[in-house]
Amino acid sequence: MSKIRIATTSLAGCFGCHMSFLDMDERLVVLLEHVEFNRSPFTDIKHCGPCDIGLIEGGVSNVENVHVLREFRDNCKILIAVGACAINGGVPAMRNHFNLRECLEEAYVNGVGVENPQIPNDVELPLLLDKVHPIHDVVRVDYYLPGCPPSADAFLKILGDLLAGKEPSLPHNLLHYD
Amino acid sequence: MSTDTKQNPIAQNTITIDGQEIPFLAGQTIMDAALAAGVYIPHLCHRQGLTPHGSCKLCVVDTGSGSASACTMPAVAGQRISNNTPALNEVRKTITQMLFIEGNHICPSCEKCGDCTLQAMAYHLGMLDGHFPQFFQRREVDASHPTIMLDRDRCILCELCVRASREVDGKNVFAIAGRGINAHLVVNSVSGKLVDSDLETSDMAAHICPVGAILIKEHGYEVPIGQRTFDLHQVSEIGLEKTIPTKVRQPDE
Amino acid sequence: MSISSADSNFSNMTDLLRSIISRVYAESPHLLHVLYVLQRQFLHISDEAIREVAAHLDLPTSQVDAVVEFYSFFHKIPRGRYDILFSNCTSCGYLARGVDLMAMLGQQLGIVADNTRGDGLVSMGQTSCIGMCDHGAALLVNGMPIVSLNAAMIARIAALVEAETPLEDWPAGWFQVDDNIRVSGLLLKDDLSAGTGLRAMLTHGAADTLSEIIQSNLRGRGGAGFSTGMKWQLCREAQGAAHYVVCNADEGEPGTFKDRVLLHSYADSLFEGMTVCAFAVGAKQGYLYLRGEYRYLLPHLQSVLARRRELGLLGVDILGQPGFSFDIDIVVGAGAYICGEESALIESLEGKRGIPRVRPPFPVTHGYRGQPTVVNNVETFIAAAHIVLRGSAWFRAVGTEKSAGSKILSISGDFAAPGIYEYPFDVTIWQVLDDCGAKDAQAVQVGGPSGTLINSAEFDRRLGFDDLSTGGSLMIFSQARDLLAVIVNFAHFFAHESCGFCTPCRVGTVLLKNGLDKIAGGHGTRHDLDEMQRLATLVKCRSHCGLGQTAANPILDGLQRFPQAFEQRLVHRDFEPHFDLDAALEEARQISHRDDAAAHIE
Ligand SMILES: Cc1cc2nc3c(=O)[nH]c(=O)nc-3n(C[C@H](O)[C@H](O)[C@H](O)COP(=O)(O)O)c2cc1C
Ligand code: SF4
Ligand code: SF4
Ligand code: SF4
Ligand code: FES
Ligand code: FES
Repeated sequence: MSKIRIATTSLAGCFGCHMSFLDMDERLVVLLEHVEFNRSPFTDIKHCGPCDIGLIEGGVSNVENVHVLREFRDNCKILIAVGACAINGGVPAMRNHFNLRECLEEAYVNGVGVENPQIPNDVELPLLLDKVHPIHDVVRVDYYLPGCPPSADAFLKILGDLLAGKEPSLPHNLLHYD
Repeated sequence: MSTDTKQNPIAQNTITIDGQEIPFLAGQTIMDAALAAGVYIPHLCHRQGLTPHGSCKLCVVDTGSGSASACTMPAVAGQRISNNTPALNEVRKTITQMLFIEGNHICPSCEKCGDCTLQAMAYHLGMLDGHFPQFFQRREVDASHPTIMLDRDRCILCELCVRASREVDGKNVFAIAGRGINAHLVVNSVSGKLVDSDLETSDMAAHICPVGAILIKEHGYEVPIGQRTFDLHQVSEIGLEKTIPTKVRQPDE
Repeated sequence: MSISSADSNFSNMTDLLRSIISRVYAESPHLLHVLYVLQRQFLHISDEAIREVAAHLDLPTSQVDAVVEFYSFFHKIPRGRYDILFSNCTSCGYLARGVDLMAMLGQQLGIVADNTRGDGLVSMGQTSCIGMCDHGAALLVNGMPIVSLNAAMIARIAALVEAETPLEDWPAGWFQVDDNIRVSGLLLKDDLSAGTGLRAMLTHGAADTLSEIIQSNLRGRGGAGFSTGMKWQLCREAQGAAHYVVCNADEGEPGTFKDRVLLHSYADSLFEGMTVCAFAVGAKQGYLYLRGEYRYLLPHLQSVLARRRELGLLGVDILGQPGFSFDIDIVVGAGAYICGEESALIESLEGKRGIPRVRPPFPVTHGYRGQPTVVNNVETFIAAAHIVLRGSAWFRAVGTEKSAGSKILSISGDFAAPGIYEYPFDVTIWQVLDDCGAKDAQAVQVGGPSGTLINSAEFDRRLGFDDLSTGGSLMIFSQARDLLAVIVNFAHFFAHESCGFCTPCRVGTVLLKNGLDKIAGGHGTRHDLDEMQRLATLVKCRSHCGLGQTAANPILDGLQRFPQAFEQRLVHRDFEPHFDLDAALEEARQISHRDDAAAHIE
């Protein structure tokens, strides 16, 4: 049987979800008998090829996030929003209380200890959206795995269900938003 | 408990909830009767001892003659009520999602996390995401009071604090102003700020908020993850709400 | 408009506020009236004014604050000296003739909608239907309606505003609101001469008067159709320190204007009906709750009341009957459709936000100030006055068993002769359309946005409580109408008017509005449409009051009867974002002064 191909990425997230994934520890070895990783911080593959499952950590904060997210949606049969940030914007979405100019001025102009104050505008930098959005605002999402971060057990439960061809579901003890 | 009410002959009658026969006393609502019989009907804006309000609509049930809010609808002999059905829980989940997306609920950064009834309700109903586009409303934080914090981002307009202040504390610290989606909590003081109100830490209104909108300052994140209210309990455990205010209240306050 | 010279003698604002508040409150002890005067005089209600009102009326500051923020016609930020509000109804709205009259005025005055000009001269915005649907596009300027707007008038309005011409010197004809009665039946044929109904009532006595009303099978004309006789009887039997009679003249349902005409030309019959009710239930005090949009009728109504007092038809010992005392006070609303819901109306009368109460208990036992209260529509009281004079059999002879009597309809939309049409109940829609000369109707909205949207296959349906119930509005839409635009308009109306008390309506009406905007904007998918259906059903079934319970009707009716109106706008993709990604980058483009390819998303 060929292995299930999984891709993962972090958009506007903290990599906490990826760290938590790795908390599977030795169970990763078992998992890897059934799955292989395509584009992911775990592999350093830069672009997503055709995959069975895409795991997205983080919300959509800038242009680059949009492009990466669309690449995943185009290539993954099943897309899963992983973690608070992907699901509702999470901590990065706390900037939605302010308009973009206020945020940037606080960070690069008026903030404490800022030297050479100016708002960066290099064309290499991805432009910021006016609000941080959950990923389901930008592409269709198939499943949600809440948590900040979701525990390794929660990852295993969802992936296990999918591997078994079942509709994924979380038992009460694995469902939390923090 | 049903045995001692059954022996009580005064104005005694019964309704059924999901087929289970439940006694009620004259003047009781469906919610009163259900809770007394140990039957959970989801609720957010209801608290025993305060005037029923009927705004959150988590407690919607189907009676033979249509939808009703259990917390305000009087029990009537012979009523056949559906409560814990997949369809109703789906409705409740949608209503919970509405409450999440109209406010700004970023649970990981909220001091109420783990002790929050809205969050626990969402768990109870199996809510995985907010589903609808978020409103990203800008709402004011009032940190003026020395010991109490008001973060309107998380307010679900349940008016528990409004009622607790009026009915239990004998004050009138809170009210809802505005219309429709602009409805928001206001403070009854000359400046509109908490610091100029007569709210005190010992007031019920300072502790009753089911979400992280009214918080006691300097007591955030005291209980480790794993031991918070809803790490240990389900929202559907009857009588739990009575333990929450006492649990949060500190002896030194 | 500006502070008058007498007032400018006050050395400071606090004294001025106090003197105004105590003067107005002494004249008319209603929070809404005090706030109205402050709003007119200072063009806004300041925090200080709120505190002073609270102190003088002995109310919590938060309550006054809450009321100011609830009603559309009160503002905490100053409005212009000319405050212009265009109706946004599908019949009397600023788009009614295919041209955007509001944009036109805005351009000429150099102002965008929902703003006050920098010099404080003028504000411009929109407001829900102002009940001028038989007069074409209409607006309110400082509360006064100007009707039958056209492009030439817009240009003259702009000039009059710029010249700061007082409203009294604007063309008087612009403010002329006609009755436009096209078909008269049972009630409109002749006005009762003052006192005839009351004299008949006194000869019958209270008990017989009540039983006449019961036997007439009169049912409420405000929409719900509850038996009027039964309501009066329940109120009469209810124990209380006082009983009250309240007339619901809030007429906020878009497309409804028949109460406007009744208040204007049949006010004696109305007050006669209220007095009959007072006699039947034992009330000493009555209130007419007049929608803020009809404030221009206030002087007229007050003069009718004054004349009736002089004639001994109101006041102490009416018509010499010892112990029969009753008077009527008029309370004017301030822009909130929900205050037409009877329990919200009562809250508003009590100086609170218009939030519908939990029911039971109902107003007949726990109404105004917790006392037994009858709330009836204007037309209901007028019908009752006629019944007392002419007998229940006269009334029952018209209409059907379940729907006795006649119904006064406000008919507007795409045809030549909008106005008032009175029909016996049981008339078919075909008949009405025929009489109106509406030749190419594709749809009729019966009972306003909260009612029923029907298509041409259903035009043989009949008006009445058994089939098509209506509070009095009929909106006719021709083949040329974009029905989706109509439904979108209604969705905006409900989201704007939701009181915000219960979750399904507060949040749901906004989600429905946004979802429809997405579809109408050409960004909706099949999935979005299915979501509309699910959400609309939830809002309808689970909301607290009649507003939420009917807010989704246009969408549900539309999806059922005119699915193509929605489907032709769908994109056939499996997902479309609800927001414009490229537009969401605009702020960043401006801040960074970038416009390269990477600064855009398609
Ligand atoms: C949102 C809403 C708005 C209403 N608006 C009006 C109104 O403008 N006029 C009216 O007479 N009834 C209105 N009603 C109905 C009233 O609640 C009430 O049923 C009516 O005034 C009773 O009078 P009736 O029995 O004479 O019809 C409204 C109801 C709802 C739910
Ligand atoms: S109030 Fe409750 S639901 Fe809201 S952010 Fe805090 S924990 Fe989450
Ligand atoms: S502050 Fe808390 S208790 Fe008060 S209305 Fe808001 S959510 Fe309810
Ligand atoms: S249904 Fe709407 S208008 Fe009625 S109580 Fe609920 S929020 Fe208010
Ligand atoms: S990125 Fe994982 S929780 Fe925020
Ligand atoms: S608990 Fe009944 S409506 Fe909130």
